[in-house]
Amino acid sequence: MNTLKATLRVVAMLGAGLLIAACEKPPIDTVQRGVRGTGMVQVYNPRIVEGEQQKNVVPEPIPAAPREGQKASEVFQNVKVLGDVSVAEFTRLMVAMTAWVSPEQGCAYCHKLENMADDSMYTKVVARRMIQMTQHINADWKPHVADTGVTCYTCHRGMPVPAEVWFQPPPQKHATRMAGSKMQQNTPDAAVAYASLPYDAFTRYLQKGQEIRVNAVTALPTAAPGSLADTEGTYGLMMHMSDALGVNCTYCHNSRAFAPWTESTPQRQTAWHGIRMARDLNNDYMVPLTATFPAHRLGPTGDVAKLNCATCHQGAYKPLYGTPMLKDYLALSAPGAQAALPPAAAAAAEAPAPAAEAEAAKP
Amino acid sequence: MSMLSFEKKYRIRGGTLLGGDLFDFWVGPFYVGFFGVTSIFFALLGTLLIIWGASQGTTWNLWQINIAPPDLKYGLGMAPLMEGGLWQLITVCAIGAFVSWALREVEICRKLGMGYHVPVAFSVAIFAYVTLVVFRPLLLGAWGHGFPYGIMSHLDWVSNTGYQYLHFHYNPAHMLAVSCFFATTLALSLHGALILSATNPPGDGVVKTPDHENTFFRDAIGYSIGTLGVHRLGLFLALSAGFWSAVCIVISGPFWTRGWPEWWSWWLNLPVWR
Repeated sequence: MNTLKATLRVVAMLGAGLLIAACEKPPIDTVQRGVRGTGMVQVYNPRIVEGEQQKNVVPEPIPAAPREGQKASEVFQNVKVLGDVSVAEFTRLMVAMTAWVSPEQGCAYCHKLENMADDSMYTKVVARRMIQMTQHINADWKPHVADTGVTCYTCHRGMPVPAEVWFQPPPQKHATRMAGSKMQQNTPDAAVAYASLPYDAFTRYLQKGQEIRVNAVTALPTAAPGSLADTEGTYGLMMHMSDALGVNCTYCHNSRAFAPWTESTPQRQTAWHGIRMARDLNNDYMVPLTATFPAHRLGPTGDVAKLNCATCHQGAYKPLYGTPMLKDYLALSAPGAQAALPPAAAAAAEAPAPAAEAEAAKP
Repeated sequence: MSMLSFEKKYRIRGGTLLGGDLFDFWVGPFYVGFFGVTSIFFALLGTLLIIWGASQGTTWNLWQINIAPPDLKYGLGMAPLMEGGLWQLITVCAIGAFVSWALREVEICRKLGMGYHVPVAFSVAIFAYVTLVVFRPLLLGAWGHGFPYGIMSHLDWVSNTGYQYLHFHYNPAHMLAVSCFFATTLALSLHGALILSATNPPGDGVVKTPDHENTFFRDAIGYSIGTLGVHRLGLFLALSAGFWSAVCIVISGPFWTRGWPEWWSWWLNLPVWR
């Protein structure tokens, strides 16, 4: 009997410990995002959100530089992308990039200091391509990034390699057991927010462009477009998207009917473009750089680091809570954007818009 | 209406909780009592409010009638009648009716001199309802977190509220609740099948006794819980299902804000293998 009591006591203590350690507590913040009574609500723990604030502070912009004067290509050698930018603005951008990407390593992270024009460091070649990618995002992916745009900092946040990148996972060691292959499932992985869903959603959907749409379009799903495996794969991607944005499924979907656009929030359209953007950037910018990177920067199967929703969003519904940084670095807004802008217009575009900023910061 | 022979034992005065012998009488076969009156009052008022709400809505389609709770902006205050206030009034009526009915059951138990098993069991169902529309909204700070009153609309709410936590099947209390729901169904269907078999022997066979029933299950699965025990087991499993249902929703939001799969990272992080 004493043994039983002791056992019960231990179990009760373990249970209580688990309850305290593994749970959160009120007060909780909630944001209604649908008609009342539909349960379309975002749920936030204000203590966790407070911790996230630090991560999303935008660095002070470097004071503007004159746009007139000699162009970078006239003064420096081997300037292939930003040649039409004024020397002052070019230098300012280089300083900013150093602060955004390699604050500890400095200029020498990409440049041979004895000859800044030299292309022998892989980091410089990659950085040039990344500037082109940033311009491409800001110019051609407005349906996703709008006028807020992105800069190097959106992903890098002071780190040479962004905190959130993905590689193809290595083949499972015990792929074929008596019970058969795990099919990349039942392995709690951060990529699918620790669900048992297939954890390599990124290769399928953000590189290969597999169809996400799996819902049947008839009441009796006699001709569902996706298999059960496809459905679970899609669910895995959606788990990542929720996790990457710090939102739940109802941010985009009214779950009574996932597929119809008429039942969804406007954010779903932004996300739709985002998925296509990630595919585009991975295939056109990251994968072609595979041979440029040294082996230690590649993944376990020798693939290049690629991006997903978390690369920019890092847990926020909008990267950096939607604080616009691009407006201070218009050279990144499109190929040749800086040269095309008349000085006056550029100045106007630079004027702070506090109302818009406040609006953008709201969930 | 005629009285069954054993109803004399039931129709005795006293045992009331409130009102003395004020309503201590029967209408036909039905005991009235103070709580019978309040039950009727709240049930009638609540139903009429729902019908009136439906008349102000967009449809008379039974499946689609919807009385929604207030917007979250009203917090724990009263909302305008047509913007969720009606839901609040109906909620009060529902709780009034359910609790009255449970207390009426208590009075009947007292008249019969039996245990309170029936009202206790019903109380668990009431507890689950009150958890959904009162306790959880209180913990989250707005009545708008209650579920809407409508056949389809409350299902939509359940779906979205589940997806607020990405994958609700990973909610540990939901796991327990679902397991108990299935287990009580299985246990009571086995029991029901056993009774039907024992009492309906083929041809001119004699009705089997509990000894036979026990022997059947001892043969089949090595154990028989017995004639009384199966009802205790069924009740325990059913009440556990209701109880853990209440727990699984009250912890979603007030005590966990992220995806439920992530909750299990305590397991992944046990010092034994992390």
